Amino acid sequence: MMRFSTLLKHPADWMTGEAAGTSVVLTSRVRLARNLRREPFPGWSTKERRVAVLDRVKPEVEALPEMKNGFSQELDALTSLQKQVLVERHLISREQAARGEGSAAIVNRKQALCLMINEEDHLRMQSIRPGLALKEAYDLVSAVDAQLEGNLEFAFDHELGYLSACPTNLGTGMRASAMLHLPGLVLSDQIAQVLQAVGKLQLAVRGFFGEGTESLGNLFQISNQSTLGESEDTIIRRLERVIQQVASHERNARQKLFEDDPDMVFDRVGRAYGTLRHAHVIPSKEALNLLSILRLGAELGFFPPETGGTCDSLLMEIQPAHLQLHSGEKLNPEQRDAIRAEIIRSRLQSLDPPAIVATQESEELHPPSDTVADS
Amino acid sequence: MQCDFCDSKATVFLTQLIGGEMKKMCLCEKCAQDKGVTDPAGFALGDSLIGDGFPVGEESVAGSANDGANCPVCGFTFKKFQQVGRLGCSECYETFGDEISRRLKGMHKGTTHIGRVPEGLVEEHARQQRLDQLRNRLDEAIAAENYEEAAGFRDEIQELETIEAVQT
Repeated sequence: MMRFSTLLKHPADWMTGEAAGTSVVLTSRVRLARNLRREPFPGWSTKERRVAVLDRVKPEVEALPEMKNGFSQELDALTSLQKQVLVERHLISREQAARGEGSAAIVNRKQALCLMINEEDHLRMQSIRPGLALKEAYDLVSAVDAQLEGNLEFAFDHELGYLSACPTNLGTGMRASAMLHLPGLVLSDQIAQVLQAVGKLQLAVRGFFGEGTESLGNLFQISNQSTLGESEDTIIRRLERVIQQVASHERNARQKLFEDDPDMVFDRVGRAYGTLRHAHVIPSKEALNLLSILRLGAELGFFPPETGGTCDSLLMEIQPAHLQLHSGEKLNPEQRDAIRAEIIRSRLQSLDPPAIVATQESEELHPPSDTVADS
Repeated sequence: MQCDFCDSKATVFLTQLIGGEMKKMCLCEKCAQDKGVTDPAGFALGDSLIGDGFPVGEESVAGSANDGANCPVCGFTFKKFQQVGRLGCSECYETFGDEISRRLKGMHKGTTHIGRVPEGLVEEHARQQRLDQLRNRLDEAIAAENYEEAAGFRDEIQELETIEAVQT
């Protein structure tokens, strides 16, 4: 079995932006909710029964070929800092992190599959892939589902489909989502319009970081709202189509911003570079927003292409639990801001100033288009 | 401003687009956390905000046929569902079936499952769906006073139901 330290040392491909085609769509996720028949859901169960469910489900999950040499840990065996780190890496939910005895998280070696036992449902299985690859993510998690259903009797109703603790997950039990980086639409004030249009299609949009409507780092998550009355395939195809459209709006917005007001773009990117390279105290919100602009700069060709990946890794590394783990001690907010600035400075140490003059030929300014898997 | 869920002072304000409709909510710190509003990983949020998580009016509580009834398998009550928006176990969907199906309208694209079925249940699922379809068509035929057609549906239904009796 994989140790926690090994898991930490080797972030997944989808966390570091190493994969190609992630300029607008960073990641795709699909999760399935499943429950055991006639067994109280975790939120209404007793500790004894939760442990009994865990003892029944965990060996089945661990025995899957997909989970070979993976990470498997009961939540009460992890420190709260370790749990928080897993939350910041999106490997477990915040809700799962709050749980202790009777809950477990199992992550495969590549960290493309994470299964949570006794979260809101007995089993939540999710798959995460880089770029726009919802179908690939669904196929991965569906294969796991198919193997498990042979040995575990999942609650299923002929009318309501898979039965879940919350009626909003009935039917397919599937929530598919993608994380999008939309600085072009935000800078050109088109974001509200685009998000409203997406919302009309029974899809939910929300900021990825931050609370409520606030979106930090220009990151947005689009997911299906309805899980009952449509097949997995229909939901995924609609979602992919909408996401492709939003991504294409984003690329157009970047292009147009650059044509209409190049000085503004140069200024934003230059300032982001200057601040990130030289700040000694930087709050999380400022860092996320500036990293977003730096990432945009890289995609416009002002920085070497790998800079985008560095930005993606930093998004994760500058979160509170990661900072604490890095420094090895409990930090107050002021200390966090200082260490955050230090980490960013060191990661961007060898990054040259934006190559704004060198890339004046407009053909080279077209942002690279996303390659779409399985469209 | 007051929290939409309890009497505390609201400190978290949330605007969300669901199905093209703008929904605004005011929540206190605690309710916001309970409902997953402050959860950056995010899946919990949409789950708790579309309909069933909202407090339910008095008339609905009083008019509920299942008021006070307990789920025979897990002992869950409908009142509890109104408080937490989650059910007790898979059997609760049977116990509180009417109340739940009333709430499902508008929550999802449809009210009948389409999509993956556990391997062992594929045949049974197809039969059940066919039965539902036939029952609907039987009702339609009777309403249209098309009795000859209705008799055909009735026979087919009886035949399918016999398979059920043999199997179970």
